[in-house]
Amino acid sequence: MGQPLLKIDGLSVEYSTMRGRIRAVSDVSLNLEKGSTLGLVGESGSGKSTLGFSILRLVPQPGRIVSGEIDFEGTNLLEHSQEDMRKIRGAQVSMIFQDPMTSLNPVKRIRDHFIELYKTHEPSVRKEEAVSRAAKLLDSLGIAGERIDDYPHQFSGGMRQRVMIGLALALNPGLVIADEPTTALDVIVEAQILELLKRLKDERQLTLILITHNIGIVAEMADIVGVMYAGQIIELGPTEDMFEDPLHPYTKGLLESAPNIEHPERSMRPIPGSPPDMVTPPSGCRFHPRCPRVFEPCPLKEPALIERKRRLVACHLYD
Amino acid sequence: MSEEESYGRIFVQLLPRVSGLRKRGLAGWAILAGSTIVSLLAIMTITAPWLSPHNPIAINVGPLLSPPSNQFPLGTNHLGQDMLSRVISGGAIMFQVSIISVIVCLLVGVPIGLFASFKGGFTDKTTSLVMDSIYAFPGLVLAIAIAAMLGPGVVNMALSIAVVYVPSYFRIIRSQVLTIKELSYVDASRMLGANTKTILVDYIFPNVVPSIVAVATINFADAILTAAGLTFVGLGLSVSTPDWGWDLTYGRQLLASGAWWVIAFPGLMVVLLALGFTLLGEGLSELFNPRLEK
Repeated sequence: MGQPLLKIDGLSVEYSTMRGRIRAVSDVSLNLEKGSTLGLVGESGSGKSTLGFSILRLVPQPGRIVSGEIDFEGTNLLEHSQEDMRKIRGAQVSMIFQDPMTSLNPVKRIRDHFIELYKTHEPSVRKEEAVSRAAKLLDSLGIAGERIDDYPHQFSGGMRQRVMIGLALALNPGLVIADEPTTALDVIVEAQILELLKRLKDERQLTLILITHNIGIVAEMADIVGVMYAGQIIELGPTEDMFEDPLHPYTKGLLESAPNIEHPERSMRPIPGSPPDMVTPPSGCRFHPRCPRVFEPCPLKEPALIERKRRLVACHLYD
Repeated sequence: MSEEESYGRIFVQLLPRVSGLRKRGLAGWAILAGSTIVSLLAIMTITAPWLSPHNPIAINVGPLLSPPSNQFPLGTNHLGQDMLSRVISGGAIMFQVSIISVIVCLLVGVPIGLFASFKGGFTDKTTSLVMDSIYAFPGLVLAIAIAAMLGPGVVNMALSIAVVYVPSYFRIIRSQVLTIKELSYVDASRMLGANTKTILVDYIFPNVVPSIVAVATINFADAILTAAGLTFVGLGLSVSTPDWGWDLTYGRQLLASGAWWVIAFPGLMVVLLALGFTLLGEGLSELFNPRLEK
């Protein structure tokens, strides 16, 4: 067990809207060790992307980090100046996006994306060197080096995602956040991109935060899984344990609502109801109105995140 | 990355569209017709000293108010000046005024539009308010008021026209920037550590250029009409400069006596030049409008 690379402590993020304040991330704490992969799963609007953005301190307007600490390599990211933070983005923490089709500037060649990135973080780098480094990197990502002179529209979605991965990895960042990196791709390309990410993870000892709503991807890629519901982490633990014996009823529901190729006879069971309105979240445990195992304390008291069987779970069943 | 290179790329983006003009239907033809008219008139104005048969400001070159004839194809005015020569050389001021006003608009409107709308919030709201209040005035009236304050002269005319048209640039750029800044490649570059200047210059500006080109061309047409209007009401230049606007002023008085040729031909030129720029501008904006692209 190594030193944690990323340590998030009591992080809360709020969006102020016309209808009131929405606590998109509420008191989230987690640790991530160097070289491991954290999978963040949850429904749309559960706060998993917001959590990812807040590590880069780029929570979209009108969002705001209201409290907490994000320790990265021993310094609190929330205390850095804007300029220091800008230098960290791309160089030490970088992000891979959901939609590769629109993530590259259509009027710039691929090489210019890389030149700009290198120049931003290492002003002394010469153009030729930046280009040759980028070409080598692209080669290792499965894109022929000579295509570096092409424009984004000459690439397919999968190839653009490879370019995005290249941009995210170009400066060997300590932490990469991948926000639904394969959601916009078709299944075959998705498999290729995941294979690539897996290989890079092993080769480069990447520390990865993988944000997705696809349970299958998490099972394949992640070392530890965090399940988010209504802005809170409700279960966090090693991937294998979580899939074999989910503790929280919501985690169970998530697993049962996904197709399972090993047990095709089991029919998928959706979780009834829909995610809560975050302006007025339910009292007590936020999952209780949809929970199949709800009992007396659930609507009254918010369950604490406690340790059970090598993992953390927030449910009154385990009090 | 060097500046020339990044702007060279803007042309790379524009060129394939220009070369396929004939295949672009009505928009393509409008651009071809517009640019032909404009360039012919520009060549005519530049070569006026060699083309015009008489000195355009010399008086008594012919009989007073003679109707179009073989010797004076477009007739003469009440000072005996040759109308053909005046029509050929009278566009110089129009061109100068419109070019200077478009340059001023580009230098002022584009940076303000880019910066304020990218920044958003208070800056954007205040700037929009100011621009919209200017926009609310009728253009010619505002231009006349400003020109009257500044006094006559090419640069002053251009400035007063520029004030009127800066808001159009601002509005077009603002609408584009508001869309582009939400696109994920702008977010992506920020995630990778790009600063505001890089995002504005390399990401947003090149994508706004097509719309700016379209507005600028329409601005040319409007500037010509406004310049003619300013000279017409007497806020232009001295009488010693040949100018279509002046000829309109005199022609109006002389029209009553039946001398239609003094006002008709300069007026036609103003209309033709404005038409050329309008065709060009409308064609370009249609061509660059992504919603119409097949």
